[in-house]
Amino acid sequence: MSLLKKGPIFSSGILPDEGLKRALTLTRAEIISEVRESGLKGRGGAGFPTGVKWNLAAAARGEHKFVVCNADEGEPGTFKDRVLLTDYANLVFEGMTIAGKAIGSHQGILYLRGEYRYLLGQLEGVLDGRRKAGLLGQNILGKEGFNFDIEIRMGSGAYVCGEETALIESLEGHRGEPRNRPPFPVDTGYLGNPTTVNNVETLVLATAVLARGAQWFKAIGTDKSTGSKLFSVSGDCERPGVYEFPMGITIAQLLREVGGESAKAVQVGGASGTCVPASLFAQTLAFEGVPTGGSIIVFGPGRDMLKVARNFMEFFVEESCGQCTPCRYGNVALLQGIEKLEKGRCSMAHLNELLALGESMQLASKCGLGQTSPNAFIAIVKHFTDEILGRALPAQQA
Amino acid sequence: MPDRTHDSHQDSSRAPVSQRSHTVQAAHTETGIGAHVTVRLDGRDIKVPFGTTILDVARKAGVRIPTLCQHDDLCIAGVCRICVVEIEGMRTLQASCAYPVTQPITVNTHTRKVRQARRHILDLMLANHYGECYSCWRNQNCELQSLADEYGVDSFRFGHPEKPRYEKDTSSYAVIRDMNKCILCRRCVRTCIDLQEVGVLEAVDRGDKTSISTFMDKPLSEVICINCGQCINRCPTSALAANDPTDEVWEAIDDPKKHVVIQTAPSPRAAIAECFGMPAGTALTFELNTALKQCGFDRVFDTNFTADLTILEEGTELLKRLHAALVQKDPSATVPQFTSCSPGWVKYLEHFYPEMIPNLSSAKSPQQMFGAVIKTYYAKLHGIDPKDIVTVALMPCSAKKFECNRPEMCDSGFKDVDYGLTTREMAAMIKEAGIDLPRMPKTDFDSPFGSATGSGVIFGATGGVMEAALRTVIELVCGIKVENLFDHARVLPVRGFEGIKYAELPIGAVGPVPDILKGLFKDWEWLKRATLKVAVAHGTANAKKVLDDIKAGGKFAQCHFIEFMACPGGCIGGGGQPIPTSPEIRAARARAIYSEDEAYPVRKSHENPAVLQLYSDFLTDGPCGHLSHELLHTGYTARGKYIY
Amino acid sequence: MLATEQLRLSAEIVELADRYGRDRCALMPILQTVQDRYNHISEFAMQEVANLLQIHPVEVYSVVTFYAFLKADTLGKFVIRLCRTISCDMQDKDKVARQLENELGIRFGETTPDGKFTLEWANCLGMCDQGPALLVNDQVFTQVDFAKVHDILEGCRRSFSVHPMPKGGH
Ligand SMILES: Cc1cc2nc3c(=O)[nH]c(=O)nc-3n(C[C@H](O)[C@H](O)[C@H](O)COP(=O)(O)O)c2cc1C
Ligand code: SF4
Ligand code: SF4
Ligand code: SF4
Ligand code: SF4
Ligand code: FES
Ligand code: FES
Repeated sequence: MSLLKKGPIFSSGILPDEGLKRALTLTRAEIISEVRESGLKGRGGAGFPTGVKWNLAAAARGEHKFVVCNADEGEPGTFKDRVLLTDYANLVFEGMTIAGKAIGSHQGILYLRGEYRYLLGQLEGVLDGRRKAGLLGQNILGKEGFNFDIEIRMGSGAYVCGEETALIESLEGHRGEPRNRPPFPVDTGYLGNPTTVNNVETLVLATAVLARGAQWFKAIGTDKSTGSKLFSVSGDCERPGVYEFPMGITIAQLLREVGGESAKAVQVGGASGTCVPASLFAQTLAFEGVPTGGSIIVFGPGRDMLKVARNFMEFFVEESCGQCTPCRYGNVALLQGIEKLEKGRCSMAHLNELLALGESMQLASKCGLGQTSPNAFIAIVKHFTDEILGRALPAQQA
Repeated sequence: MPDRTHDSHQDSSRAPVSQRSHTVQAAHTETGIGAHVTVRLDGRDIKVPFGTTILDVARKAGVRIPTLCQHDDLCIAGVCRICVVEIEGMRTLQASCAYPVTQPITVNTHTRKVRQARRHILDLMLANHYGECYSCWRNQNCELQSLADEYGVDSFRFGHPEKPRYEKDTSSYAVIRDMNKCILCRRCVRTCIDLQEVGVLEAVDRGDKTSISTFMDKPLSEVICINCGQCINRCPTSALAANDPTDEVWEAIDDPKKHVVIQTAPSPRAAIAECFGMPAGTALTFELNTALKQCGFDRVFDTNFTADLTILEEGTELLKRLHAALVQKDPSATVPQFTSCSPGWVKYLEHFYPEMIPNLSSAKSPQQMFGAVIKTYYAKLHGIDPKDIVTVALMPCSAKKFECNRPEMCDSGFKDVDYGLTTREMAAMIKEAGIDLPRMPKTDFDSPFGSATGSGVIFGATGGVMEAALRTVIELVCGIKVENLFDHARVLPVRGFEGIKYAELPIGAVGPVPDILKGLFKDWEWLKRATLKVAVAHGTANAKKVLDDIKAGGKFAQCHFIEFMACPGGCIGGGGQPIPTSPEIRAARARAIYSEDEAYPVRKSHENPAVLQLYSDFLTDGPCGHLSHELLHTGYTARGKYIY
Repeated sequence: MLATEQLRLSAEIVELADRYGRDRCALMPILQTVQDRYNHISEFAMQEVANLLQIHPVEVYSVVTFYAFLKADTLGKFVIRLCRTISCDMQDKDKVARQLENELGIRFGETTPDGKFTLEWANCLGMCDQGPALLVNDQVFTQVDFAKVHDILEGCRRSFSVHPMPKGGH
């Protein structure tokens, strides 16, 4: 299923490879400053300014540099990258090529999650087409000395491989275990070389920035969150799917668009995001508001929030790489806490201890997975205390 | 001079980058101002070189930060998170062991957040740690236990396992694995892959199912483990242990029909004091003799006796090989000759370079030679039925436990060595007997083997076998005093802790050849003007580099004799030595060994009177003669690296 | 495994190493291909791969056990992976799960005795707006309900009669 609603960027009628053609007329520094000027921030979740990242990778010393497109989209409730890869693959590859030009790389790698293997043939076809059209390979579009090609590498079923350093480990043939940082991939990435890892959507937006210019892009969205965002909407709503909205739309507005006005809560940013109760639906979806990689899961009035929390914690127990102590065992401890709550065996003191543990996990885990996995649990306990503590016990409970 | 172009283990680091130390590119300043940065640590300003980790800054400042996955011998993993600290302006806490300082920062090492996180990390570890300290061999010597104490753990906030999750793996002669005690610090993984290049252990599965395991979760005895025990030495808990035969040894001692004989190797003697709270580098050789007698051993012998014997056997073998290869141009004579006294190394070669088995000296290790000599020569001399003799070996090594169980090690007609005890196990026995080892009076070793020479002592440190061999070769072959070439007979080029050492020794003159070797060749002139090329490697990762170089026809292929030790640092760093280990501790033990060497009146193997006596009374056809071949030499098995 | 099969597998792995390279970066693509062709990565295959890439067998095993789609144990010819993450959960994935178990007579994590089907859980498949979603090998199915489960299984079974399983496969 493609975009349910196109917003300001996807309906703007930008021509194929318009961005790339313009980029080829600019110097590397000019491309980077255009992207920096646009205020484009990474759409993979962390929201790091893309221009800054490219600049660091461009400035880093290294003979080879790599552009990696993070197509490991594994965050529960996120599927907008799948839509982009299905319907806009040319834009993704164009974005990678522009990034290649910007940082001085000749090699791009698209890391495609194993679950999307069915897209592989089609994507290879698009790559072939681009090679034939002179959009990849040697002297791209006749630009002397600009060589760039793209290789697709597959994941094999590990959510954590979406974390950029775990992704690189996986590319290098290791377990997907996140690295210590610093150093960051822009310095020491794939095979020790400067590497920029960008989300699929980020790269697509970069083509628009180049095609229409930073000022045009900046005019969309808010001051701190420029441009538009793709939202993957699922759960208890009438019209789930992928929507493009300008950054800064409120949760309430979004719910109206998708037919989810009756929601009692919304999970913003997937399992690792946060749970927003109805009382806070006036908040905006933006880096300065509730930040999100684009996942919106709507919980209708009848949803059991403890069950939701359990599903999330089961996800993290399963998907933690198991490398560091807080995350490996902390998620299990939180899940056990939920089981206690279900059985009516959790004292307030223990619940507080679990919340404190959640904080420790957020602070001390090695990577973003463990740093965010307690978010949903903490938010649900905080906003739905009554529902959670005052629940009826399962009938069979002795 | 030692060849310093070969780096230590860091170089060969093959662990995933997620478990590897990181180099940070130097600051991009033309002026060089960026070479140092100032860290404000707990309110104090400390200037450190760019790229220093916060942990090192704290150590420099005398501030204690707890660690678990960090080990001075290994690259950084940053996985246990116990060492987290708070950096001002950063949202999350940072692992101090893995955080290089590249700009001025303010660090606090014990804020509320830090204390809470550390306590939670310990709580989580304990919630998954099955066992009780009082029934654990690491009781009082356990990093997890110390931290639980330090952080005031008084309850199991997130529970404590009531039943074991994993079955104990007791299949190996050398190493016992009990993953119920494992905290997944992965030090053993980095040890086995990076330091040893054996690659037995890795993390398998993921999430909370992660465990340290072997290929296909097979028992250790079925995979390729060289039994070096280096993983045990670096494990912070009791998850890894040596296979402990203490009960059997006590049983033998308690049996009046048994004549229980123990040989002690120099490395445990230089280290056992650490088990009694003394600083590393205190040798208790002669106190130990007394203690062992009090424990009930009937005789205490010095392994150095057979170390000296090894030098004569292995040295003779070397001369014969060189003669065959250089003079007779015999293509079957393989040079360089490799030492064979480190059973971990021998097994490594059998697995990974079976085609090079012909290079291995056929001489047994000193432990095994002693066993064979005790159950033949000594038994005859004292009229004891060898079947009533129990030979115990106090060794720094866990691989010796495997070695004495090799089926071919029964040349006396009995199991040559019945039990191998590690330094740690011996200390436990002595404590159990209520003996305060450091306060024991000194006694000498028992006859007929007496105390040996300084050459035997230095076998314990990397380069020691080579140094001992060179002392003898120089004197026997060149006919000059070692002291003329090397001050105080210290053959410095082969000493020290570089991973790989290389030395050349020109042979100027030859002869007079001593009686014991006279029969070897009619003419000794071929050795004249030769240059003896030798090398030393310790830690099997370094051994691998040398072997690969030989295969590629590099400079080590030109060597005549190469010493290999499985353990980093040699036997003083053996897998049976007291825990903890570190470069400093090993250096202190080595110092103890070298000073013991200097205290010996006789410092060259070929001057050991008991050895000469043995040749004149028993091994009458001399080194590498018929009987010595039967008793003191052995064969090897090409094992290959496939696991079935 | 028969010696001839071993030889064939070795040759195949050598060919894969020629295609993907002999450094560690080739590990994932090689393992993925072996998994694809044999429905598992055997002990022997892991050692061959380790040998060619000059790493230790346990490192290969470590990688295989990390990734959900790589397996040391043989899976069925059709691996059905049902999403159990939140959005599909809210769309009654449990009912689909129960029906799959009923139809196949096995539980999740098991393989049918005839080696045709394996049932596994998966995490979010990126089809959350059209759940419940499942994968059959590489193919994705969405909005799965009782009728669709039946059709999917029938489709798989039909493919057996068109392309019979090679004999002596186990
Ligand atoms: C556990 C975890 C999973 C992640 N998964 C993804 C992902 O599937 N796709 C993605 O683009 N970024 C993911 N990220 C974020 C990446 O680490 C990285 O920040 C991002 O790819 C950078 O691209 P951007 O700057 O374009 O956002 C994940 C991060 C974490 C901690
Ligand atoms: S936080 Fe979780 S996923 Fe990240 S390194 Fe630690 S264990 Fe692995
Ligand atoms: S390993 Fe340490 S903490 Fe665990 S039982 Fe033994 S002594 Fe106690
Ligand atoms: S004993 Fe040596 S070879 Fe065996 S697992 Fe331990 S470190 Fe590896
Ligand atoms: S066995 Fe010991 S060294 Fe290895 S990971 Fe476990 S606790 Fe650490
Ligand atoms: S000691 Fe620093 S993370 Fe383990
Ligand atoms: S939750 Fe099932 S596909 Fe996303």
